[in-house]
Amino acid sequence: MALFSIPKFRISGISCCVPRKVVYNKDYKWVSEKERDLIIKRIGIEEKREATKGTTTSDLCFVAAEKLIETLKWKKEDIELLVFISQSRDYVLPATACILQDRLGLPLSALAFDISMGCSAYTYGLSTVGNYLAYNGIKKALMLVGDVSPMASYRDKTTYPLFGQAGTATALEFDEHAAPMFFNLQTDGSGHKAIMIPSGGMRNFPDKKMFDYKKIDKGVIRNGMQLVLDGYAVFDFSLRMVAPNINALLEYSNMSSDDIQYYVFHQANLLINDTVRKKLKLPSEKVPYSLKKYGNTSSASIPLTIVSALQKQVADEKLNMLLCGFGVGFSWGSVIMQTKNIICPDIIEY
Amino acid sequence: MAMDIQEFIKKVENEFDDLKPGVLKPESRFADVLDWNSINALTIIALVDSEYDVILTAEDFSKSETVQDIFTIIMSKSMK
Repeated sequence: MALFSIPKFRISGISCCVPRKVVYNKDYKWVSEKERDLIIKRIGIEEKREATKGTTTSDLCFVAAEKLIETLKWKKEDIELLVFISQSRDYVLPATACILQDRLGLPLSALAFDISMGCSAYTYGLSTVGNYLAYNGIKKALMLVGDVSPMASYRDKTTYPLFGQAGTATALEFDEHAAPMFFNLQTDGSGHKAIMIPSGGMRNFPDKKMFDYKKIDKGVIRNGMQLVLDGYAVFDFSLRMVAPNINALLEYSNMSSDDIQYYVFHQANLLINDTVRKKLKLPSEKVPYSLKKYGNTSSASIPLTIVSALQKQVADEKLNMLLCGFGVGFSWGSVIMQTKNIICPDIIEY
Repeated sequence: MAMDIQEFIKKVENEFDDLKPGVLKPESRFADVLDWNSINALTIIALVDSEYDVILTAEDFSKSETVQDIFTIIMSKSMK
C-alpha cells in the first residue's frame, strides 16, 4: 500500500477563483420540476458556476495565484516549482504549467509541469510538491488545481447538473519544523470507464462522427467528446474504497478519528459524501461541504471547500485535518496534516 | 443480526416523503410505488449501506423484481 509520510513542508495559503455566472439547478429545464427537486435534495447541488466560452482552468488559476502571491507578499523570483493539476488543460500540448510559468512571471529556474488528475488531484499534488520541498532543496512552490470543462452535455441529466467550475492556487513552502504529512494514495484503473471522456485523445482521435449526438437513455443525449458518468459504478467504488483508505491512514499515522478536527472530502454528491461520512461515524460538523453552492468542482473541490467553509478556522487555529479525494481513474487518496495560519483570501469571482 | 422485512420497509418509507405508510409491501415493485430513476435507486443503496452495512449494486436491482427480492439480497450479502 502506498502509505508514506513527508516531512518539512506546509501549506501557507489557498486561494480560489470561480466564474461570476451562477447556474441554478431549479432552472434546469431539460428535466421535469420533480426531477430538479430530486437533484437538489439528493445530489445536494442548488447552484454552480459556469465560465464564459473561451475561459479556461488556467485563467481562473492565474487569477487565484496572483491574488495569493500578493496576499502572502511572496516574491515571484523565489517560486521554484509550479504544478498544474487538472483534467481540462489549455491545449493538447504544450503543458499548461509552462504557459502559466510565463504568464505569472516566474523565473526561468522554476520547474513547471502538469499532472492529469481529477477528483484525487489535491492529495496526489500535495505528495508530489511535498517531495520536492522536503528532499530537493526547493523552498517555495505553487500548486494550481482546478477544472473548467465544458464537456458535460446540457442534455445529459446524469452529468450536467453535477459539475461546477473553479480554479485554485495553493502556496506551499519548506518548513524545517513542520509536522510530517501522512499519505495513503491508491489506484484501480479497472474502473477507468466509469468517469470518462472517450474521444478526443490519441486512442479515439477526433473525427467528425464524434460530434454526432446520440440518445443513450431517457434524459441522456451526448456525443463522443462529452463526459460519461456511470453513477452506479462511482457509487459502488466510493462506498467500498474511501472509508478503508481513511481508516488505514489513521492507523498508519497513529491517530484516532477524534484527533482530526475537520475531514474535507472531494465533493462528489450529497448521497455519496453523506453515506461515506456515516460509514466513518463522523459528526456532520466535522465534515464541511461546498456542494450546495458550487456543485462538484472536480479537482478544485477540496481547496474550494476549505476556503468557502473553513477560511477563518484554518487561519486562526492549529488543526489536524484529513483531506480525501476520490473518483476519476479510479484514483483516490487521503492526507493527514497539521495546519496553522493558512491564509485564504476571499473567493474571487472572474 | 436478525432482520425483518417490515423494519426494512419502514426505513424505506421514512426515506421517501412521497411514499405513504402502508403502500409498500414485500410484493411491491419499486417501480410501481416510486418514480424509478437512478437517484432513487442510489438513495436506496445509500440507505442500505448505512443501515445494514451492505453495498447493493446496479446488477442487484436489475435482477430484482420486488421489495422482497432486494431484501433477500441484503440478507444474503450481510451473511458474508
